[in-house]
Amino acid sequence: MAHDTRLRPPPDRAVLSRRTTDRLAGRFFWLIALAPIALILVIIVTLAWRARSILEVKPLGELLTGEVWKPISGQFGFAPFIVGTVWVTLTTMIIAVPICVLCALYLSEYAGSRVRGAMKPLLDILAAIPSVIYGVWGLLAIVPVVQSTIAPALQQFLGFLPLFDSKNPTGFSIFSAALVLAIMVTPVIVAVTYEVLQTVPHGLREASLAVGATRWQTIKHVVLPKALPGVIAAIVLGFSRAFGETIAVMMIVGNVPQMPRSIFDAAYPLPALIANNYGEMMSIPLYDAALMGAALILLLVVLGFNLVAVLALRQAARRAV
Amino acid sequence: MKKRKLARRHVEETIFKALMIGSFLFVVGGLVFILITIVVKGLPALNLDMLTQTPKGGFYLGKAGGILNAIVGSLYLATGATILALMVSIPIVLYLTTYAHRSRLAGSMRLSLDVMWGIPSIVYGAFAFIVMLAIGMRASLLAGIIVLALIEIPIMVRAMDEVIRSVPHELREASYSLGATRLETASKVVLRQALPGIVTAILLAFGRGIGDAAAVLFTAGYTDRMPDGLLRPVASLPLAVFFQLGTPFPEVQQRAYASALVLTIMVLLISLGSRLLARRLSRNVIK
Repeated sequence: MAHDTRLRPPPDRAVLSRRTTDRLAGRFFWLIALAPIALILVIIVTLAWRARSILEVKPLGELLTGEVWKPISGQFGFAPFIVGTVWVTLTTMIIAVPICVLCALYLSEYAGSRVRGAMKPLLDILAAIPSVIYGVWGLLAIVPVVQSTIAPALQQFLGFLPLFDSKNPTGFSIFSAALVLAIMVTPVIVAVTYEVLQTVPHGLREASLAVGATRWQTIKHVVLPKALPGVIAAIVLGFSRAFGETIAVMMIVGNVPQMPRSIFDAAYPLPALIANNYGEMMSIPLYDAALMGAALILLLVVLGFNLVAVLALRQAARRAV
Repeated sequence: MKKRKLARRHVEETIFKALMIGSFLFVVGGLVFILITIVVKGLPALNLDMLTQTPKGGFYLGKAGGILNAIVGSLYLATGATILALMVSIPIVLYLTTYAHRSRLAGSMRLSLDVMWGIPSIVYGAFAFIVMLAIGMRASLLAGIIVLALIEIPIMVRAMDEVIRSVPHELREASYSLGATRLETASKVVLRQALPGIVTAILLAFGRGIGDAAAVLFTAGYTDRMPDGLLRPVASLPLAVFFQLGTPFPEVQQRAYASALVLTIMVLLISLGSRLLARRLSRNVIK
């Protein structure tokens, strides 16, 4: 018995109070850790609550497909903005995805450790540059080049396709915005793709190389299929970044509320609509509800895409272990 | 026949390798192109007055003045937001790494943070704008700090979570076996061990905070005066760039380029500083 008590002394006051502190801290931390979940729900509910007054007046279908945006006469057609957002984002992804995936493949499968080591800080800097700086760069370097060279050249050679037909002489266009956005989403897509490629077991590559496949064949038939869900998730993450980007896009895309027909047309994406008009939205009836509805659309789309991407990445990580 | 097939494999290999290297160079070139553009356009317009004066009358018509109000305002905003975000992030990270481990709830908490990381800052701005209207708050430093903190929290938590999870388990177990509680282990062993990574996470979040424009546009407002109180509007560098570019006067646009250069240098310094600091602090870490 005496032996027992020496091994396990009766808990004295100090120990008890330390345990209580520990337990209380745990509860407190738990409460704060719940906050992000609560916050997301609160944001959705708040935006929906502010947007409801326009839904009471107009059916959702009419709002989403209406092409006329005249707040003063009470016409709120979101279609030009939604279509503009989709055009900008899709063009961005068409430019960015091949480049980013190939770049990540190069880093993961070919590059030596020095190049890899140098790439991380570079991607960090690209991610750290504020979007307004990307906007300034686009304005100074991309818009003039698109105006003077790229748009006329593509028009000349591919102008018979409506997609490349340009009636917009300014260079402030979907294509310019997409070029800038393509660089902006690079750090996300390259970094996540690289991580996913690294989880593909080395043995698989070696087996493929051992039977005489070239490196590219190994990538094409072994590495990429294995990493595909993760690569797609990385692309989706980049997509939702581009979808919600505001300042940089709004500086370059022209902000004309029209249905775009060509990548050299100006467009007016949803984030730009919100940022440009929040100042006057309280003075026109239903305007604030319409803008908050736009924010809600933006949020729900990004939320959906992100959820899918994050869950897919987790699945990929679990399979790799 | 067979030979030709073999040869084709190698042609394909060469083509794709060239494409990969090309993409890599495109990304690196893009970064260099951006930095060169900003420096070349910004440097000629940059002078001491820009950094040491506030806008005088007629500043947006091209008259004298500087952007000191925006520089100081941005530092206030980002510093306040980072402190606030840190106060929320540390408990969340400690809960996720020491108390919850792999419970389902911790899984959904991590998921919610990842999702929060992806929400566009304009949505945070719009949300904060509604809340401010509802409680009758004006655009102010405080509102800007709170919204930026919301944007910074997921960045901070993610980065810290990763660092803390890489702390060797034996360290924790050694601490537990000496009779330390979870809280004591977390605060006295784990956090210290992860300090370099935590500093990096803080500076990463600070950099995001200082560069954000869309959320600040709604919440912090803009003013030509120096920041003079938590409940007063405050200027910020990204918006200074944006507003000056929006004027039709070339002199003012020149200043926008200079302001952009100032912002870029600040962000680069933060990025570089976090790297150096992390290296320096990691000397004290038990490997």
